[in-house]
Amino acid sequence: MVLSIPTNNKESPAMSKLAIINGKLADPTGKDVGGGVILIEGDRIVAAGDVAVPADAETIDAGGLVVAPGLIDLGVFATDKPAFHFGGITRAALLPDQSSPLDDAGLIRQATRAGKPDFWVHPIAAATRGLKGAELAEIGMMQAAGARAVGTGRQWIADSGVMMRVLSYASGLGLTVITHAEDSGLAGKAVATSGETATRLGLSHAPACAEAMAIARDIMLARETGAALHFRLVTTKAGFDLIRAAKAEGLKVTCGVSPAYLFLSDNAVTDFRTFARLSPPLRSEDDRKASIAAVADGTVDVITSSHDPRGPEDKRLPFADAAPGMAGAETLLALSLNLVREGHVSLNRLMTLLSANPAKILGVNAGSFAPGSAADLIFIDPDTPWIVDSTKMAAQAGNTPFDRMPVQGRARKIMKGGTFL
Amino acid sequence: MPDITVPSAQSDLKGPDLTGRALFPHRHLLSIADLKPWEIRFLLDEAEHWAKSNRGGARKHDDRLAGMTQINAFFENSTRTLLSFEIAGKRLGADVVNMAAATSSVKKGETLIDTAMTLNAMAADVIVIRHASSGAVALIADKVDCPVLNAGDGWHQHPTQALLDALTIRRRKGGFEGLIVAICGDVLHSRVARSNMLCLAALGAQVRAVAPPTLMPPEVEMLGATPYHRMDEGLEGADVVMMLRLQNERMDGAFIPSAREYHMLYGLTPERLAIARPDALVMHPGPMNRGVEISSVVADHPERSAITEQVEMGVAIRMACLDVLTRGARGVEGWS
Repeated sequence: MVLSIPTNNKESPAMSKLAIINGKLADPTGKDVGGGVILIEGDRIVAAGDVAVPADAETIDAGGLVVAPGLIDLGVFATDKPAFHFGGITRAALLPDQSSPLDDAGLIRQATRAGKPDFWVHPIAAATRGLKGAELAEIGMMQAAGARAVGTGRQWIADSGVMMRVLSYASGLGLTVITHAEDSGLAGKAVATSGETATRLGLSHAPACAEAMAIARDIMLARETGAALHFRLVTTKAGFDLIRAAKAEGLKVTCGVSPAYLFLSDNAVTDFRTFARLSPPLRSEDDRKASIAAVADGTVDVITSSHDPRGPEDKRLPFADAAPGMAGAETLLALSLNLVREGHVSLNRLMTLLSANPAKILGVNAGSFAPGSAADLIFIDPDTPWIVDSTKMAAQAGNTPFDRMPVQGRARKIMKGGTFL
Repeated sequence: MPDITVPSAQSDLKGPDLTGRALFPHRHLLSIADLKPWEIRFLLDEAEHWAKSNRGGARKHDDRLAGMTQINAFFENSTRTLLSFEIAGKRLGADVVNMAAATSSVKKGETLIDTAMTLNAMAADVIVIRHASSGAVALIADKVDCPVLNAGDGWHQHPTQALLDALTIRRRKGGFEGLIVAICGDVLHSRVARSNMLCLAALGAQVRAVAPPTLMPPEVEMLGATPYHRMDEGLEGADVVMMLRLQNERMDGAFIPSAREYHMLYGLTPERLAIARPDALVMHPGPMNRGVEISSVVADHPERSAITEQVEMGVAIRMACLDVLTRGARGVEGWS
């Protein structure tokens, strides 16, 4: 490693001044990766770009690595610090689907403390009590306790009246509602997308339009209520088309995708590979291509890992009995960098998707080089090759459908709140 | 029974000239999709021998599997398939043990993998498995040292059923080339249909899948079948009419409105059978819902119905599969 790091910070962090030099800055607001300096005081960025290094600042030589805001993972199921740190993720929004659903201020407060100081969890408040989709949870109390958004969890809310009240109530509190887009009537107990693979394997399946149906309804409710609505994972062409139109109309609608849907299609399920059992299920090759196109044309706002580590007790089962989800934190950055290498987005734009936009949706002062933003930084070697190995992962479990895939790009070093980990 | 002749037009399906293990290089029998057409033919040819010996009087024993242990692990209820595998194993001289789900530790929460390890530790020589979940049998097969036979996994596969159906058809019709086979009923939820479509298409038959749209899997063509939604169109000119069982829980308005409406639209009645070829063969994997998917007159028709012959061929096919899959372990020349 070329990177040189000050060995000790004797002064209190609030007093320390750091200057990061010799890095390629991937500023989410910039057009291209460029040279420059990042000045940090305490745990905040004070300036970035073409600025002079103050005489009293300690300098850190980035050794030519790409310096970017730490990734903010908008929607994870577990606080899995080793995996997040491996992946260059400095903050994550924790979904309310925990063993006790996050529908209570006490649980929210506990969740916010789970990662500190070197990792910050921003919990998402359950929209309804017990995530049952019936009665509003104490969203205001949870916001006061640290919740940064409202979420429907793994399911959508089937009752349109309840969903409208969730959106309406959350908008009054200035919180974005993060929803799962699958019409439960259509999706039912399906474990795969209708198509060749599901037919061949004899898996229960639902048509991909279950997603667009859910999105269509929720966009109408967002229009009606004026609420900010984020679709956590959108995976189909029809879904992206609806979101594109809603954005053109000026609605406060955003959406995310995870690398699995960008780089895998439903044929990854062949041989009943439970690591490829996801929710929503992997889609057709056409939908996969549409997902890439939606990233390239700006329809997608967020790329998330949807990190959900699952051990053998959840995955070494018949396909339909296995729990959905993948461990994605460690591969989020490397897989997303494929989008840059393939020319779909610039590195700066990628950082907008991985960091700046999630920060905006959560309303946290991070994911940016703007003065006052949290000094959460990662030092990326974008080209270093490595091979994903499900048996050697930092995560709580190695359930990745990308096992044995060669990838490129690693976060070499992480700074959280002005301090190197 | 007519003599068995393989039409010469199918010579391309015979495959390379192989012997021993090379003839059937599979450790397990999990899915028809794993088999080449000549491998299917090989199993059918092997079963002919057992079909003959099973008819050969009171003593049907052949002790080639003597001293071997066959475990029938049925995680889903079954009467006829379990019985068929048990008789097949016993006729070959194996020690056959049945593990029924209702009495197993599966009910006590043991995982499928743990059950597989347990069966393996008991040094079974061949394991026959049925499970309600697609892919479950392959999951177990990965964890055990002996051959595994899939006796049905979810909606996925039931390979011995397809083989016994193919054997029945071949004995009655002489071959498969150009034969029109209509597979009718709940194709969506049917492992029998999935296995049969792949098997019969591989053997050269023209396969039709006949089902109401709610019971038709999407893109069924890739399994080798042409979809038909109207029974009468699907039966037109058919040489074989293969009916599928309609599970009771599908008749309650979830997939079709009622049993009687299903019978009206898709039931195989004598009138409807008349649309097929005059010598069309009627098949059903059983157990039948008489008066729902098939009327008794058709099911019991002495010449047209091959339903009891299917059961008979089931034992023969299972004997052939048990024999072939254990040849390596038994040290049969060319198979180790």
